[in-house]
Formats: sequence, structure tokens, C-alpha cells
Amino acid sequence: MIGEPTRRLDEGALRALVPRVLAGLIRRGEDFDAAEDALQEALLEALRVWPEHPPRDPRAWLTTVATRRLVDAHRSEAARHRREEQPYAEPRPAATEEGDDTLFLLFCCCHPDLAPASQVALTLRAVGALTTREIADAFYVPEATMAQRISRAKRTLRGRRLDQPGDLAVVLRVLYLVYTAGHAGRADLVGEAIRLARQLTLATEEPEARGLLALMLLNHARLPARLDPEGRIVTLDRQDRGLWDTREIAEGVRVLQSALAMQTEERRPGRYQAEAAIAALHDDAASTEETDWPQILAWYDDLVALTDDPVRQDPAAVLGRAVAVGHVLGAAAGLRETDRLREVLGERHRWHAVRGHLHELGGDLPAAATAYAVAARRATDVTERDHLVRQAARARTAGLGRNSRLTERPP
Amino acid sequence: MPKYLLLKHYRGGPAPHRPVPPMDQWAPEDVEAHMAFLKHVSELLEENGEYVDAQALTSARTWVRYGGPDAAPVTTDGPLPETSDLVAGWYMIDVESHERAVELAAYISSEPGPGGEPLYEWIDVREVMSEAPRATDPA
Repeated sequence: MIGEPTRRLDEGALRALVPRVLAGLIRRGEDFDAAEDALQEALLEALRVWPEHPPRDPRAWLTTVATRRLVDAHRSEAARHRREEQPYAEPRPAATEEGDDTLFLLFCCCHPDLAPASQVALTLRAVGALTTREIADAFYVPEATMAQRISRAKRTLRGRRLDQPGDLAVVLRVLYLVYTAGHAGRADLVGEAIRLARQLTLATEEPEARGLLALMLLNHARLPARLDPEGRIVTLDRQDRGLWDTREIAEGVRVLQSALAMQTEERRPGRYQAEAAIAALHDDAASTEETDWPQILAWYDDLVALTDDPVRQDPAAVLGRAVAVGHVLGAAAGLRETDRLREVLGERHRWHAVRGHLHELGGDLPAAATAYAVAARRATDVTERDHLVRQAARARTAGLGRNSRLTERPP
Repeated sequence: MPKYLLLKHYRGGPAPHRPVPPMDQWAPEDVEAHMAFLKHVSELLEENGEYVDAQALTSARTWVRYGGPDAAPVTTDGPLPETSDLVAGWYMIDVESHERAVELAAYISSEPGPGGEPLYEWIDVREVMSEAPRATDPA
């Protein structure tokens, strides 16, 4: 038998089955907690058995094995509780559509009673089928901590009726959190977020789901150019646009257009569509000089109009708009826009970094250097901090060079 | 093997051997050289099998204490004397001896500053207490 290749499991296909089997169990009335545990055991069993005896219907196999575990668990639990409580919940109508399953599970994992960190963890575990270890690594916490976070989240869901349609806005926010977490560190989370967002667009007609997918694709397309080989941040205006993923941009634009085509007088594009449109305009420019800033500003106008009090409710959008104002109406106008945010964002590094950029745009290099230096002191990310220190040093040296020969150093 | 924290400080500690302006006022090439050296230190520690962890801290500090029953936590972020210690970050290393920890701390302290000259930065070397070995616990 030596040398006979073990039949390799198609891990991707196995992972794709997880949310469907899990959704089926929960719909049948099982607790989320118990169903997830049973499915994990079934998966371990599958990894052991399938290489030798591949099942004819993998989904049915997993459902059967998980159900057997659940029955065992119910029996021992019922014995413990002397049947004081009804061990089975009411069965619920079964649905079979794959998209429905994904959406249903996303609503479970993004239950409003859960904290955002738990929603994210549970989504990656139950819908993304990532292992606890993988999720822990992605968020740089010990595996035991993440295991505890997940089991607490599952305990919170215990006994909750999970048949109410959830809040799609929460699901979108959770997927965006997964995506941004990946952008900050691990690239595999970005891929996972895009995969889940894509599944979501199959499950709902909601244009904002497409807006979110488009936004992810259009930003992700620029990722290869965002850091240089030394790991240093390269700002958008200095990126090698030849490194951008044109196929991903094309897909993002297509998805965005299909979302925008659904708008009506009553139903204006939401925030993800507006942000995706801004990303698309950046992606569309062959060079930084060709960036269509007036159009970008118009989309930012729409974005800030989505909230009653944008300075307090969506300061990030107001700050992004200030940059666009600086490029369209001049640096001084952009800086005036940032003044409105001083009270809300004045302690944040990003506010100072944007002001540094606007000062530089207006040719005031000493002021830019000071703003970058303040931003660096407030940065919460090492890569960004290092980038801002470099920006400060560069602006300061360039400012000195313009006024005098102070940059010359003794040999 | 003992573990050590090699702490870097924003402020505090003995008087600087060589006072320098903040890094954002250095020449860009000096900034690059400094950052490249720190990256090299992490890589070196990993290659040696001495690396455990390295973290940087932001300079924002909040002191917090219990406020009493049914009271909110009491916090303060100042005013504190400018001379009070403020940790900037650390390397945690797992090394053969205290001598090796001192040697590595001195190497880190040779990091290039303005003009490529060593910074001579003071590094705070602290040994991490080990857990009592279970095997020798009294029964």
C-alpha cells in the first residue's frame, strides 16, 4: 500500500457545503450552538473517512452524521435535565435554495444581540467555515481567546428564535469589517469577505449588497500597488497603476453598474454604492493627474447627504470630501472643510494626515511637515506611523531645500 | 531559557547620551536607515531563534482606577510630569542568559540616528518571571 496516493479532499467544496448543512440543521429547529458543534464533529469524521470512502452525496452524508451527533447530544442532555425542558424546538419550514441558506446563516451570525467582534468571528466560523485557529491568527489573538469569543457568541444565540429576517445593514457592516480587517493585516480575510459578499449578492436583490461587493473589488484591485517591496505604504498618487488588477476593476464596475441601474427617484444609491463609485473613479484614472475630482466630489456630496448630521454620524465621509474639495476648489477650501471636523476628529491621526496632504497640495511644506508629524504621533498602526514619519521628514527637507541650503550636511 | 523584555521609551530613564530631535525632523535617508535597522533586528532575532514578540505602543496614555461601588471608573490622562516614564514598545526575547539580553539591548541601542551616527538610546532590560515548574510542586 506504500506509495498509493491518498485521495485528496476538495477542501473548497467541503467548505462550501458547511453553511448549507448548518442552515438546514438550524431551520429544522436545532440550536445554533449545538448544530455548529455537531457539524464540526461531522467534518472531522469526513476528513477521516472520505479519503477511503468518498460519499455519493457529501451534503446528505454530513447532515446525517451531524444529526446523529445531535441526537446523541439531546439524549444525554435530556437525561441530565430529566426531561424538564422540551429538548427539541418547533420544526420550521425547510428551504432548499443555496442563496437562502447563506443569507439565513448570515442573519443568525449577525444577530443584533451580539457584539460586532462576535458577529465577525461567528460569520467567519459558520459561513466562511474557517477554523478557530485561522480566525485567531487573522485577528492576532490567542486561539483560546477566539474559541471563548465564539462559544460565548453561540451561547448568546441559544434559545433565540432564528427565523426572523435579520437586518441586512448589519450583515453588510459585518462583511465590511471582515474586509477591512483583512486590509490591515491578513490578505486571506479580504478574499473571504469578497467571497461572502459575492454569495450575498446571489441571495438578495438589495443594491447595497452589490454596492458592497463592488467597493471591495474596486479597492482590492489596487492592493498589489499599495505597499512597495520593503513593505512601505505607497500613496495613491505615487502608485504604479500597471500593478492594478484590471480584471477585478472591470468586474467591480460591472457589479456597481448593475446596482446603480436599480435606483429610482425614491431609492437613491446607498453608502456602499457611493463609496464604490468613488473607488471606481480613482481606478479609472490612467494617471493621478487624470483623476476626475469634480465627479468624486459629487459622489461625496451624495455620501454626506445620506446622514442628517454627517460631521457626527459619518466624519470619515466628511474628511474624504475635504480632500476632494481641496483638489477641486483649492487647498485652502479643503482645509476649511477639515476645520468643521476638529472637534470630532482632532485627536485622530487621519485628520492630521489629511491636513498634511492639503497643506502640501497648497505648497505649504513646513505646515505639511508639522501636520504629518502630529499625525505620526497619533497613528495606531506601525506601517502607517512609519509612513507618516517619512512624509514629515520628506516634506520638511523639501521645505528647507526650497528656502535655503540647510539640507547640505558636512561630509 | 529566561525571557527578557527590552523596553524602548518615549521618555523617562537616564539622561540621553546623545540628545537628538524627533525622527520627523531627520533627513529622509536617516529615517530610512533607522527603520531598516529595526526591521533587521526583528529578522535577526527570528533567525537566531530568540524572538518571542515585538510590539509598539501609541503615546496616548490613560490612567484608570476603580471608582468605588456603583461609580464609573476614574480615569486621567494628565497632567503628568513630562519626566514620567512612557514606554514606546518592546522586544520580548528568549535567550541563554542575562549577558545575552544585555548584548542584544546594546546592539538595538546602536540603531542609526541623524547623520547615520548611533543613537545610544537607553534600553530598559527586564527579566520576565517564569511560572513555577509544575513537576516540582509540593504534593
